[in-house]
Amino acid sequence: MTIEARGVVKTFGTFKALDNVDLKVANGELLALLGPSGSGKTTLLRIIAGLDWPDSGEILFDGENALERGVRERHVGFVFQHYALFRHMTVFENVAFGLRVKPRKIRKSEAQIRSKVSELLDLVQLDWLADRYPNQLSGGQRQRVALARALAIEPRILLLDEPFGALDAKVRKELRQWLRSLHNDLNVTSIFVTHDQEEALEVAHRVVVMDKGRIEQVGAPTEVYDNPATAFVHGFIGESITLPVEVSAGHVALNGRPLDITAEDAASGASTLFVRRHDMLIGPAGSGSLQGAVTHVRSFGPVQRAEVALAEGPTTIEIDAPRDRELKVGDLVGLKPRRYRIFAG
Amino acid sequence: MSIEMSLQRPRVTSPAQSTRAAKAARRDPRTELRPIRIIITTLAIAFLSIFVVLPLVVVFAEAFAKGVSAYATALIDPEALSAIRLTLLVALVSVATNLVCGLAAAWAIAKFEFPGKTVLITLIDLPFSVSPVISGLVFVLLFGAQGFFGPWLQAHHLQILFAFPGIALATVFVTFPFVARALIPLMQEQGTQEEEAAISLGASGLQTFFRVTLPNIKWGVLYGVLLCNARAMGEFGAVSVVSGHVRGETNTMPLLVEILYNEYQMVASFAIASLLAMLALITLIAKTVLERQLDEEVPRDH
Repeated sequence: MTIEARGVVKTFGTFKALDNVDLKVANGELLALLGPSGSGKTTLLRIIAGLDWPDSGEILFDGENALERGVRERHVGFVFQHYALFRHMTVFENVAFGLRVKPRKIRKSEAQIRSKVSELLDLVQLDWLADRYPNQLSGGQRQRVALARALAIEPRILLLDEPFGALDAKVRKELRQWLRSLHNDLNVTSIFVTHDQEEALEVAHRVVVMDKGRIEQVGAPTEVYDNPATAFVHGFIGESITLPVEVSAGHVALNGRPLDITAEDAASGASTLFVRRHDMLIGPAGSGSLQGAVTHVRSFGPVQRAEVALAEGPTTIEIDAPRDRELKVGDLVGLKPRRYRIFAG
Repeated sequence: MSIEMSLQRPRVTSPAQSTRAAKAARRDPRTELRPIRIIITTLAIAFLSIFVVLPLVVVFAEAFAKGVSAYATALIDPEALSAIRLTLLVALVSVATNLVCGLAAAWAIAKFEFPGKTVLITLIDLPFSVSPVISGLVFVLLFGAQGFFGPWLQAHHLQILFAFPGIALATVFVTFPFVARALIPLMQEQGTQEEEAAISLGASGLQTFFRVTLPNIKWGVLYGVLLCNARAMGEFGAVSVVSGHVRGETNTMPLLVEILYNEYQMVASFAIASLLAMLALITLIAKTVLERQLDEEVPRDH
């Protein structure tokens, strides 16, 4: 099913949670809503689910107005951040809940419910925990029960609020891959909310970057990472070096000293230069467009992270350099951004 | 040195080394000196004995002062039976009413945002902060012959004051906060996520309430009902004002205790009192059990 949001506005008191949000989700897509806390991503998810209502704007499911229907009629599978499992029910009864509350006319027989629940517990690999209570499960297990419960109603869309937010790092990684392969099998249109860029870039087909109730950029993970549309996206996704610069007539200057780079199409005025840490090339002193002295080096994995105090200003920047030439504290170096972006402000 | 040896704690507690000074130095920082502990504990026990245990003993001693048969006779006296019946009936009505209204109030307060919520929370506490006599007087002013609804009630031959309805009303008013107070913090703590999950899975409002909300708060409900019942049976002040003390008709157990006492019928008076005291003891035990269960209802994860 396709989902479309048109001009969605939502305010809580004076706080604007969503500010004119437009979004289209294709059928069968796995989409990530990525942003810092307070960016409105969970609010958007809840509005799509029908757990909240927008002040204005439209939500369309397959082109049909979804706002006319309450949360019960939307057939949305919602996985809550803290799972919201029914604490007084066993895992089995949690998963069976959606089947048991159906109106008698369309309710399945007890035997059918049992086989359906077993099937779902198999799918999330928890059939051996059917008789346990939620407080006897680990975080990762609860998460999978919550997912099985949401899938029991055969939802037309699946919405997940910070699905891995409360789990430890190792379980998160496992569940990420598992979610992606599960989505491949089920092929149900899915949206998940996360503040973890790695999670969004690794799992989703497309990433929606949000900030302060607005959508900053929508794109494939590569596109969002390689071609950030705004200063916020560049700063939020991936680790960047930022330098306050002055642009005038195509020339770029840092603290009054001209830099050997072109301003491309950046407008004149106070701006910010964004360079990915690994896109700042280190060369011999005197070369490149910036000069500096190495003040600290840490080596791990394929890179060495060098802190360089810039000669052009009272700033220290962190650079990830390949380990082909080992750097030492005190080395004088020339720096040249291989790729960079300049945003106004 | 092997690893096992290095993991062993150094033995500083050997008797030879334990001088007085060392003992003082190793004193648990969370506790007081032994004499202070003894004084404080004795004080607490003495206080409880004089003000709680002794009166309880006196009640039963007086009740059985002339033997078991006198005690039994006092309890099967028609007046006593009538008082017991009335008290049970009033408690039943108050508990039922306050169960429904308290649940509704707690639900509204814990699960929804609406204007006037703080006012409602304050109003729920009102019966606790007003003297019971005033609570009774309010109903006299409303339903008495000179009261607000008095003429209308008289015209329709409806008796509220000095009859069962008045006693029930006053008791309901006085005991209203118990159920609501027991549930509001519990429901606020539990939040609305489970309800949202239930609705998103297709449950109706009623299904959500009976399958998710109510099972989650059942111990809290019982706790509120227990305290509500104890107070409803024991209420004196408010009931005394509205009852009219019609013998064998509008006397509840606490009122009868006072009347019998004033008539120097000690055994009868204390026999009824012993029933109330037993109610208190049962309530106390049930309360302890429920509080243990209640702890499990408060969410511990997240």
